Amino acid sequence: MRYDVAVIGGGVIGCAIARELSRYRLRAVVIERECEVGLGTSKANSGIIHAGHHGAEGTLKGELEWRGNQMWDALADDLHFGFKRVGDLTCAFDDDQRATLRQIMEQGKRRGVPGLELWGPERIRREEPHLSHDILEALYAPTAGVVNPYEACFMLAESAVLNGVDLALERTVRNIRRSEKGFEIEAVVRDAPDGAVVRDAPDGAVVRDAPDGAVVGADADATRELIKARFVVDAAGLHADAIADMVDAGGFGIRARKGEEYLLDKRLVGYVKRIVFPCPTPTTKGILIIPTYDGTLMVGPTATWADKDDLTTTAEGSAEVFAGARKLAPGISEKDCIAEFAGLRAVSDTEEFILGPSRVAGFVLAAGMQSPGLTAAPAVATVVLDALRDDGLELVAKDDFVPGVPAPVRFAELSYGEQRSLVARDPAYARLVCRCEIVTEGEVRDAIDRGARTLDGIKFRTRAGMGRCQGGFCTWGCMELLHERLGIPLTAVTKRGGDSYVAIPRLEGAA
Amino acid sequence: MITPKPAHLQPRYDVVVVGGGPAGLAAAVGARESGAERVLVIDREPEAGGILQQCIHPGFGLHHFGEELTGPEYAQRAIEQTLEQDVDVLSSAYVLDVAGDRRLKVTSRDHGVAFLDAGAVVLAMGARERTRGAIRIPGERPAGVMTAGFAQKLVNLGGMLPGRRAVILGSGDIGLIMARRLVLEGVEVEGVYELMPHANGLNRNLVQCLHDYDIPLHLSTTVVHIDGRERVEKVTVAPVDEAYRPNMAQARDIPCDTLLVSIGLIPDNELAHRLGLRLDPVTTGPVVTSTMETTRDGVFACGNVVHIHDLVDYVSQESLLAGRGAGAYAIGTPTPPDNVRLTPGENVRYCVPPTITTDREHTVYMRVTKPMAPCTLRLGDVYNRPLRYVFPGEMVTLKVRPRFLEGFHGGSLPVSIVPREEGGSA
Repeated sequence: MRYDVAVIGGGVIGCAIARELSRYRLRAVVIERECEVGLGTSKANSGIIHAGHHGAEGTLKGELEWRGNQMWDALADDLHFGFKRVGDLTCAFDDDQRATLRQIMEQGKRRGVPGLELWGPERIRREEPHLSHDILEALYAPTAGVVNPYEACFMLAESAVLNGVDLALERTVRNIRRSEKGFEIEAVVRDAPDGAVVRDAPDGAVVRDAPDGAVVGADADATRELIKARFVVDAAGLHADAIADMVDAGGFGIRARKGEEYLLDKRLVGYVKRIVFPCPTPTTKGILIIPTYDGTLMVGPTATWADKDDLTTTAEGSAEVFAGARKLAPGISEKDCIAEFAGLRAVSDTEEFILGPSRVAGFVLAAGMQSPGLTAAPAVATVVLDALRDDGLELVAKDDFVPGVPAPVRFAELSYGEQRSLVARDPAYARLVCRCEIVTEGEVRDAIDRGARTLDGIKFRTRAGMGRCQGGFCTWGCMELLHERLGIPLTAVTKRGGDSYVAIPRLEGAA
Repeated sequence: MITPKPAHLQPRYDVVVVGGGPAGLAAAVGARESGAERVLVIDREPEAGGILQQCIHPGFGLHHFGEELTGPEYAQRAIEQTLEQDVDVLSSAYVLDVAGDRRLKVTSRDHGVAFLDAGAVVLAMGARERTRGAIRIPGERPAGVMTAGFAQKLVNLGGMLPGRRAVILGSGDIGLIMARRLVLEGVEVEGVYELMPHANGLNRNLVQCLHDYDIPLHLSTTVVHIDGRERVEKVTVAPVDEAYRPNMAQARDIPCDTLLVSIGLIPDNELAHRLGLRLDPVTTGPVVTSTMETTRDGVFACGNVVHIHDLVDYVSQESLLAGRGAGAYAIGTPTPPDNVRLTPGENVRYCVPPTITTDREHTVYMRVTKPMAPCTLRLGDVYNRPLRYVFPGEMVTLKVRPRFLEGFHGGSLPVSIVPREEGGSA
């Protein structure tokens, strides 16, 4: 069996495309390098659904930001990931910036973004008392939202799989050949360090010990696999340029622009209610304060050019972020930091999305997806499907497409009565695993049963480990549940796949 | 020993103790001693005893039980004392919320979600470890960076190891204990690195865990970078100046697969926040009276929730007091109000309790900001005590007896620790 469409990259773009494809009668596969979807750029970003007024007119980024923005409510209704429209404020500290606010407002109005308002100091104080008194004016946009981007990826992928799409995880694409019937994608499957069984290729086309001996060096012991597909979508994020070059469909470059973000203690939930932006410059949206979906405040991101594997946080980044955040809200302090991370934006040469047909028929691009890529993702998916259709893919709607996925239990969000009846039905929901974020054993178990394979997979599905103790207490319980549900030894539990093991067996002959 | 489970939960208890570690267990005993009849301890683990259960090394109990015990032995004694006093222990349970009228929302594996009313509440939830995120160590975020306490659990309760070659950041007691523990298990411990110019753990742990095992301690040095895509591959350390700024010119890389952080404990005060208790900005724990009552009537607190202790024995003693206070409150025995405020002066970070009475003996715990030797502890003009040395890693205790305060009729009493000339009588 062969696929109609192979989507390379299981980030939010790839997952949104896969879920869109799953509406139709065709065979599709998502090929992802990591052991779970959404663990790259899609996990490590600001989690903002931009209001629709930021992006310049006449750009794909601008138009798709607003189109994508309007699609998130329906998606969240179907897929139960964390999403809410908290609104945003763009702040002006001087008259030049006030003029910029007016330009952005007019741009948004022309695009049809509703509810834009300019707030004076009094209104700002009333609505956001912790913001700086130096802010002269702010542009309020009620359409801005926050989303848990990793949850969106998991749920989009789950919905796609529920509707027949295959996930080929832990596969790094090494080569793509054009064939009479489309494309042959050569992927390297990484062997787990302790000899865990590598899953069969989705179409059974496992090629071991390739005759041409192309796989050498670090991958000498890895397994190769050929995945055949009539159409390919390049949603490979930072590596979209290299993937496109494999079939000569490229000619563009993708560079990595790093963003560091810092998460603050729950003590500050509610300190700022809306996403707060400084006035944008032509190159950056600046350092923001983001009240994430779960309420935890996040500050960042920086924007510095970096290598494509550079996920380091830095002392300079930390200093820049906190200085920037304090300019907006002077009470924000490093002392409240509980965690930090860095993500890499996939930036094209032109800074614009590279989206749609390539010069190779059947090879469709969804590259250069930096901000507002997350916001635009659902709209990007529809553009990609249009391009596939234009290239000859038949899109026949399924009668039996199931738009929804089961809502995950969120014990902490239930009423007393709901909690009581849930626990009476299944006592696993009465035992707490993560106390900082109030996550129960039942929720962790459900996350594993729905695809979590790692501690990060559990964390990003349930929040266990995301709170102020950063997994100090719940890691143990999560390890035990992975051990029980997956039948793997505790020493095979990883943070996020590969060699990210947490513990090793005792050494022979030790005291 | 298996802790017996209460067959039924009562809707109301005289005293509910939140936390079944040494603090909570002692508080429950104290509550019974002072006359409370129905006392419940709520603990999140399947077995009570708290972190003691993973502290398999000896050195506990010399003050409280008069003999040297391991952590689990100490826990066992504490559990048995509560059982002798007919205290109910609800394990695998968690207090989700507590309202101002001392109504607790509890979830437990055995009894589901329920509300309980308490005549008095004792908060004894202990502390959590500071993590890498709190000090924002630059670099990558691989597996293999963990708190010393988590590593202790992996090794002592899980029979596993955190890795093969470890660097330890921070000279807190758990880090020192784990340095020795890992060496005994065959793990290479490259060294312990401490940002401050002095160690943070107990002197005896410096000697018995580092010195006796030839593990180097590098003071005024910190980890400035972590490398490793999936698992830690190396860390970079650098000396720091007086303002704790790293000198990158003298940075060096250390190949390792594990970084343990032992950089302090933070009182776990989720419930204190929910109750709106006044917190002390120095200890970050609730402000308490001499009976360990917080700023809310009938809500008491003890152990690491209030301030970080270095000896469990003192936790038990402080918690007995809190339990007695809670028991007395629950059955309506009045306690005289405090009339002396102890104000921290030179080289005293805080005093717990911060207020006492003149009519009975009080044990006051305090911590210093810097090492000093020899020195004198001064209680206003009323009392002096010579001390051989003080050290930030070791709590200073002072029994304030009524006779010290004869002629003092209340008000503020500054507490300070000042240098003393060797041989001088202070």
